[in-house]
Amino acid sequence: MIVLSSDNMRIAKELDMVVFRNRLKEFAVKIGMSLVNQTKLITAASELSRNMLRYAGGGAVLIEIVNGQRQNGVRVTFSDTGPGIPDIDKAMKDGFSTGKSLGLGLPGARRLVNDFDIKSTVGKGTTITITKWKNG
Amino acid sequence: MDKIPILKIGHFLMVAIQVDLYDRLALGLESDLVQAVSKTGAKGVLIDISSVSIVDSFMGRILGNIAGMSKILDAETVIVGMQPAVAITLVELGLPLKGVQTALNVEKGMELLQKKIQITEEEEIEDDSTLQ
Repeated sequence: MIVLSSDNMRIAKELDMVVFRNRLKEFAVKIGMSLVNQTKLITAASELSRNMLRYAGGGAVLIEIVNGQRQNGVRVTFSDTGPGIPDIDKAMKDGFSTGKSLGLGLPGARRLVNDFDIKSTVGKGTTITITKWKNG
Repeated sequence: MDKIPILKIGHFLMVAIQVDLYDRLALGLESDLVQAVSKTGAKGVLIDISSVSIVDSFMGRILGNIAGMSKILDAETVIVGMQPAVAITLVELGLPLKGVQTALNVEKGMELLQKKIQITEEEEIEDDSTLQ
């Protein structure tokens, strides 16, 4: 996969989520992603950035335009140094939440994007990478 | 802090969300609206989300909460103007907004609210007549 352009941001407070969503939209528009795919990508990213803020007190996001599978796409990487997720399989199930949410964040986000990769180490942090292809 | 204005029109309260929603703003709207329903005795709440391009699970839950809380306070809630892309995303996310009434636009939403309120008023009249 070739990275065509990228941007780094920090998510430390709620309003950063708004700025991040707008920035992500710019990237998706730039590659000509359809409105439905844009909405899915930004909604998934909104879920993941909220998780990062709520459970890890914030973290870093990396937005990239990538080329692969003969088309362009937007890849977003969320990394935090929070408590980590002890049981990823459980966390990926609908309706499971250690907080007061509906437990749709992780599994819902996975359904909305084309590629979803999660790595987490307890006590060290979590890194989630999602990719949405232009016509995916 | 930002606030979303709530307008009173007859027996109804109307809200048009025209900014990017973030969590605290949505929570503020929830409590403001429920208090406004209680204070004004409004029979219906209409929420226009036609300018909202993202509804994630948190905001979806807030919309559901508003409908549920208003219902307990004897007011119906109708959400109008959802963008098609938002509807597609919400269902795929796993949040089909069950229990929330929707209409395509403000006009249809108003009609729906008026119809609902008429029905409950007629029932009340019937109940009164059976008592006499």
